[in-house]
Amino acid sequence: MIELIAQNPFIASLLALVSLGVVFGALLGFAAVKFKTEGDPIADQVEALLPQTQCGQCGYPGCRPYAQAIADGDDINKCPPGGEATIAALADLLGVEAKPLDAVEESVPSVAYIREDECIGCTKCIQACPVDAILGSAKHMHTVIASECTGCDLCVEPCPVDCIEMRPIETSLQTWAWDKPKPPEDLIATDRSGASA
Amino acid sequence: MSQPSRKVWDIHGGIHPAENKQQSLQSPIKAAGIPPQIILPLAQHIGAPASPIISVGDRVLKGQMIAEAKGFVSAPVHAPTSGTVVAIESRLIPHPSGMSGACIVIDTDGQDEWAKHSGVEDFRSLSKMDLIDRVRQAGIAGMGGAGFPSAVKLSTRDDKPIETLILNGTECEPYITADDILMRERAAEIIAGAEILRHLIKPSKETLIGVEDNKPEGIAALQKAAQGTGIEIVPFPTKYPSGGEKQLIQILTGKEVPAGGLPADIGIVCQNIGTATAIYRAICLGEPLISRITTITGEACSQPRNYEVLLGTPVQFLLDQSGFKKDDCIRLVMGGPMMGYTLQDTAVPIVKTSNCVLAPTAAELPPPPPAQACIRCGMCAEACPVSLLPQQMYWFSRAQEHEKLEDHKLFDCIECGACSYVCPSNIPLVQYYRASKAEIRQAQQDKIKAERSKERFEARTARLEQEEAEKEAKRAARLQAAKDKAAAAVSNPDSSKTDLIQAAIERSKAKKADAADPAHDAIARAQAKRDGKVEEETPAAKTERLQLLIASAERRLTSAREKLALAKEQGGENVEAFATAVIKTEDKLTALQKELAEHQARSTSAPADTGATDPAQAAIARAMAKRAGASADESDEDKTQRLQNLVATTEKRLAAAQQKLSIAQEQNDANVAAFATGAEKTQSKLDSAKQELAEHLAKVSAKAITKEAVSAEQASSNDPVQAAIERAKAARAAQADMSEDDKLKQSIASLENRIARTQEKLSAAQESGDDKAEILADSIAKLQDKLASAKEKLG
Repeated sequence: MIELIAQNPFIASLLALVSLGVVFGALLGFAAVKFKTEGDPIADQVEALLPQTQCGQCGYPGCRPYAQAIADGDDINKCPPGGEATIAALADLLGVEAKPLDAVEESVPSVAYIREDECIGCTKCIQACPVDAILGSAKHMHTVIASECTGCDLCVEPCPVDCIEMRPIETSLQTWAWDKPKPPEDLIATDRSGASA
Repeated sequence: MSQPSRKVWDIHGGIHPAENKQQSLQSPIKAAGIPPQIILPLAQHIGAPASPIISVGDRVLKGQMIAEAKGFVSAPVHAPTSGTVVAIESRLIPHPSGMSGACIVIDTDGQDEWAKHSGVEDFRSLSKMDLIDRVRQAGIAGMGGAGFPSAVKLSTRDDKPIETLILNGTECEPYITADDILMRERAAEIIAGAEILRHLIKPSKETLIGVEDNKPEGIAALQKAAQGTGIEIVPFPTKYPSGGEKQLIQILTGKEVPAGGLPADIGIVCQNIGTATAIYRAICLGEPLISRITTITGEACSQPRNYEVLLGTPVQFLLDQSGFKKDDCIRLVMGGPMMGYTLQDTAVPIVKTSNCVLAPTAAELPPPPPAQACIRCGMCAEACPVSLLPQQMYWFSRAQEHEKLEDHKLFDCIECGACSYVCPSNIPLVQYYRASKAEIRQAQQDKIKAERSKERFEARTARLEQEEAEKEAKRAARLQAAKDKAAAAVSNPDSSKTDLIQAAIERSKAKKADAADPAHDAIARAQAKRDGKVEEETPAAKTERLQLLIASAERRLTSAREKLALAKEQGGENVEAFATAVIKTEDKLTALQKELAEHQARSTSAPADTGATDPAQAAIARAMAKRAGASADESDEDKTQRLQNLVATTEKRLAAAQQKLSIAQEQNDANVAAFATGAEKTQSKLDSAKQELAEHLAKVSAKAITKEAVSAEQASSNDPVQAAIERAKAARAAQADMSEDDKLKQSIASLENRIARTQEKLSAAQESGDDKAEILADSIAKLQDKLASAKEKLG
């Protein structure tokens, strides 16, 4: 046998290649099983970039389903609460072109506000809230836990007496921040002369 | 300068702007006096705003705590003078945003009446915790500009031993001289405060006071005061921004505070000299932080100087004393020209961190010319005291590349403004960094919020799913229970549905068999009779047998009579039954006697054999016919005839029975009851016979009318529904021909039938515990109603 192999370099090389193939194939197969990735890592990464308002404005029932849809090839420009920043981040992550937002405008960060005098205690908004941010019980006044509200406005529609409104989050001393200056390129000659005068 | 100088280190970059400190150093500190109204913001420090502990209308005394610290990183607020609280409301506060914040407003009464307070003579007798608590209660916050609560800064941890205590007297920003004048005039207080701090911190190596060398008077005063205390005054070359905490530490010790770390991490604690004075006053005099030194300067003020200002004094009050020329002032700056911010209103108060109010003229501090494009000259990188790359950060900031900004250590930027100062293109670099810092912080907060929202969403989804699962489980359990019940019913053959059917089939089979058997028996009997009569039983033998039968019947009659008598005596319930039995036995006896008589007569006269055979043959034929089909054998006419006969005979018997009964009643016979029963029975028999006749008549007429229906019925006898329909049709057709009474009778009969059937079903259902029982009971009730109404009509 060994003699046969030694005398036939063709068979020898064939055997060597086949055995190598078997060994590495087994190795790869083992690795594929051993280091199998649980879940969908791309959907997870996409989900981490989404604002988690669970508002459903993208047409999916929550951020996770939209993340999954993006991972499966859906457009990245369907998230009004995330706005351009989220689109940019998603484009960066997925290596695709950033598209303009597929909505009229970015939604302003806001919180739901229940006009408590008008609330009849129907609990419809409580059932609609995706993050359990509305407190109350049947026939008792409800109120929004503002710090937990994502501003998804899903509670506005079900209210039978229209006592819920979305109020933009006001800047407080704690949340105030310096504005970014206008880029120098945006200044025109008259501005310069006017400003320096 | 006079002393052999110890080694000091240099920091990277830095700038040398015009100092402009001399203007305000011409005159000594002046007490600004008591303004008519004092406005005290609740948030004069970094951390949680204090919460008011007084209410509107209260009279407060100087030094009285009016708002307490809320949380660990917080500081209380004290009344700077006596007066009345007139409002707790939102007022303009010194803040770059120009926004309002919650303030306590006090109308002063000018009496400046102190609340009860006392200092400690020997602070060394107090424990560290006690001292820190006093510092906290005095509301002291860093007076250098940041306003970090001093008590927090002094609460050093035991696992991080402090080597060096540094007091910051650098005051590197132009124009500001508050610390300089403090050193000149109140060096003793600074040193006393330093002693307290040294006692508190217990630095293992040294206590240093760093002062820029542009304040020789201050240095001299401090050195004089510090003699013999071991506190070292370290002058070092003037350069902006040496006064930054981290920069000063680097200059004095050569150590760099790690990025994102605290000085305590490298064994150093740093405090402003103004804070040291405040601590001295709080510990030794018992006075809380109610005033500070503030510089009012700038060319728009004719008398720039330093004031000892009660906290809460409106800026306007100070400007009025300084010869402020509003028209000359281009903008009012709180703080220095490098790091200060523009005040929108002169009504804002002086707070714990206000070290300077700058009122420059347009020539003195011209507005920055418009920015031009970055030419990448790199001067900003040379000027940066933290060795950052401002130019790169500028581009990243404009492109909102937050990750890269963080990689370039944006958060180590101290916002000193050196880069903007040197920028030939006048780009407001620091503004970009501030905005980007805010953006990144906002993004982080959004991220945290998003995480929490996600958590809550997932928790909610899980909860809903669980609820759904529980409901599903309950549903499944109910289904299983129903199945189990059904299975139990299957194992118990009487109650299950299939078995009911099975049972019904068996019953009907049994009935058929029963129906068949009598016929069979009759055949057997008849055959036996014939055989017996033909082959075995001679007329003599039959006579003998009959006689034997008569004898036994007589015996039974006697015993029955005896029993009846006995029962009557005892008044038992069975009297009636016995009476019936006696009657029956009598009947039988009579019948036997009759037969015997006939037999004797026949055997003597006629050829017995043939006579005996023929009736037997007839009987066989009849029985066979019966078995073949109970209904088929009898023609309709025959049946009608038979039934009519039956009715007639029964009527006769009824009449006889009633006659007997009446006779018995007349004679007061003992058998009255028996006769009554008999009459009743006969009556019922008559009724049933009549009913049968009526039914038969109906059927006959129905048959006559709808022959097709009958044929259809025969053809589709396998289809019960079809059959039922046909039957119903037939019945209706028959009804049409019937008289009203007959109709009613028929319907009553059918109703009774249905009630009986339903009751059977009901009892079966009740046995098996089926929930159909109620429905069945209902239907029985309905049927009974119908029956009652039908009977009423008939009656």
